[in-house]
Amino acid sequence: MKILVPVKRVIDYSVKARVKSDQSGVELNNVKMSINPFDEIAVEEAIRMKEAGTASEIVVVSIGVEKSQETLRTALAMGADRAILIKAADTVDTDIEPLAVAKLLAKVTEEEAPGMVILGKQAIDNDMNATGQMLSALLGWSQVTYASKITVDGDTLNVTREVDAGLQNITAKLPAVITADLRLNEPRYVKLPNIMKAKKKPMDIKTPEDYGVDVSPRLTITSVVEPPARAAGIKVESVTELMDKLKNEAGVLS
Amino acid sequence: MSVLLIAEVLEGQLNKDSTAKALTAAVQLGDVDVLCASSGCGDAASELAALQGVAKVLCANDASYEYAIAEPMAALIVSLADKYEHIVFPATTSGKNIAPRVAALLDVMVISEVMEIKGADEFVRPIYAGNAIQTVTTADAKKVMTIRTASFDNAADGGSAAIEEIAAVACDTPVAWVSNEVQKSDRPELTSSSVIVSGGRGVGSEEDFKLIEALADKLGAAVGASRAAVDAGFAPNDQQVGQTGKIVAPQLYIAVGISGAIQHLAGMKDSKVIVAINKDEDAPIFQVADYGLVADLFDAVPEMTAALE
Ligand SMILES: Cc1cc2nc3c(=O)[nH]c(=O)nc-3n(C[C@H](O)[C@H](O)[C@H](O)COP(=O)(O)OP(=O)(O)OC[C@H]3O[C@@H](n4cnc5c(N)ncnc54)[C@H](O)[C@@H]3O)c2cc1C
Ligand SMILES: Cc1cc2nc3c(=O)[nH]c(=O)nc-3n(C[C@H](O)[C@H](O)[C@H](O)COP(=O)(O)OP(=O)(O)OC[C@H]3O[C@@H](n4cnc5c(N)ncnc54)[C@H](O)[C@@H]3O)c2cc1C
Repeated sequence: MKILVPVKRVIDYSVKARVKSDQSGVELNNVKMSINPFDEIAVEEAIRMKEAGTASEIVVVSIGVEKSQETLRTALAMGADRAILIKAADTVDTDIEPLAVAKLLAKVTEEEAPGMVILGKQAIDNDMNATGQMLSALLGWSQVTYASKITVDGDTLNVTREVDAGLQNITAKLPAVITADLRLNEPRYVKLPNIMKAKKKPMDIKTPEDYGVDVSPRLTITSVVEPPARAAGIKVESVTELMDKLKNEAGVLS
Repeated sequence: MSVLLIAEVLEGQLNKDSTAKALTAAVQLGDVDVLCASSGCGDAASELAALQGVAKVLCANDASYEYAIAEPMAALIVSLADKYEHIVFPATTSGKNIAPRVAALLDVMVISEVMEIKGADEFVRPIYAGNAIQTVTTADAKKVMTIRTASFDNAADGGSAAIEEIAAVACDTPVAWVSNEVQKSDRPELTSSSVIVSGGRGVGSEEDFKLIEALADKLGAAVGASRAAVDAGFAPNDQQVGQTGKIVAPQLYIAVGISGAIQHLAGMKDSKVIVAINKDEDAPIFQVADYGLVADLFDAVPEMTAALE
């Protein structure tokens, strides 16, 4: 079985996003960019399935700027076999909406015919938490979100999902679209020789036009601003002082 | 045109808090019909009918909706969509599972985690773990969105809407529910509690997490945790607060042994009063804390618990 893993290039999770002074968006020039952490988990899961003999080939795909090649190379260095870049934007400031991404991914899925697609549950830049669900709807494949454990049994998946109340166990028929939650696995570190090897792995470069998909956005961003700052707090010296402040100053304890 | 609010009803039980908060947002958009789809959900429908601001409750009582599996839920919602301009969900894991699917089937974008409604087609939402706040307008004819419940108050009781039974829509779903693994607790629900005590990696072990729970019990508080504490097995996943866990905004949030990573702050920095207890005076959590106590939690937490006796 082939597995398709979409990976997004996003601001590194350790970088605090800064809003541009003209309120048009977040400063993405000259900041550290990395593979979306959830997508790294998705790639790792696919590799483990290949190591276990469940999967035969892992294809990674990214939609974005030319530099998303770096993100794809990271996935290849982890152990993916082949990459597809769909060049859909000229600058980092244009990002493609989940609906358009899902439409492109649906086309790639038709061409590649994988048995499953594993995505991250959300991209940490726009936090939409939408692409996997949309792709599942467009393909009519099983929708399996927030997976924290997956086992494959013939054409059936047994999956544990993280939900508000705790964990939920479900079964789903293949083909399926899965989104990875944080605790699905711990991604491996990439070793230097594998980075070298990854440079030789095949990468196709495409455009949205190749797939006949219109990526023009439905949403218009009218402003992006900083959240209101919290007023500076104080340090207290003791538990007694803390309890006193909570009762008599903040009024949150009786 | 009116609004369809999808109530969160799982196994016949209404999640009243998140639904009533989403209702407060929905009434700003127009007349609100509420969809109550589950199995054995007659009581849930009555509870919904009693919320102020509900025009009508649509009750789809069918086994296929019992666990809110995305495929049948989305098929039902899409079959009702013609009459509505806005389709609104609370931004719970269940709502966030279904809403994008409905949006894709209707060929519209989904607008996630709406924290303010500026108009019929203009919405405010957080991005980058809440480090930036985005205002978007949409050109889509139908607007499908999830509501960040921490940003809205509960709608009050005192309504008396009509309840209309509706038929299920046939849907051959490849996904089946098997079981839940839920830890029952008598403590308040994390997202609706007015006081939360959260523990982080600094707490050190599952055993020592009892210190956090003891303090929470004295305060009548819910228990939260950082991702590190959940990953280490000190606390269950449903207690995780943050960008990828639950978003909370209680009156009082006490962070114990939590460093204050961007992703954790994303889930709690709208709390009214924040207390941080950490032995590292440079921990970033102190930058958002109203009251910071630089101390060893193993001294400070039992002392607080004792002071509340
Ligand atoms: C600086 C900036 C400017 C923007 N400007 C505009 C604008 O002018 N107009 C506008 O309409 N919107 C704009 N957007 C918003 C943007 O179009 C989308 O709404 C948003 O990027 C998609 O949400 P998400 O990435 O959080 O997806 P999620 O649904 O959270 O992503 C989930 C998963 O889907 C997969 N995935 C998602 N995207 C990709 C991808 N590109 N390639 C491969 N896999 C992917 C990954 O596996 C990911 O983990 C802008 C965003 C930014 C950051
Ligand atoms: C994609 C992604 C999503 C994430 N989502 C979330 C999320 O939703 N929620 C979340 O919380 N995190 C999330 N994280 C993880 C986050 O980046 C941090 O790693 C995590 O919040 C750290 O948890 P912590 O503060 O408990 O641990 P640490 O950062 O290790 O901090 C422990 C703190 O305890 C203090 N301490 C130790 N011993 C004592 C003592 N005896 N007395 C007092 N203080 C003590 C230390 O000084 C330290 O400040 C996410 C990360 C990624 C990459």
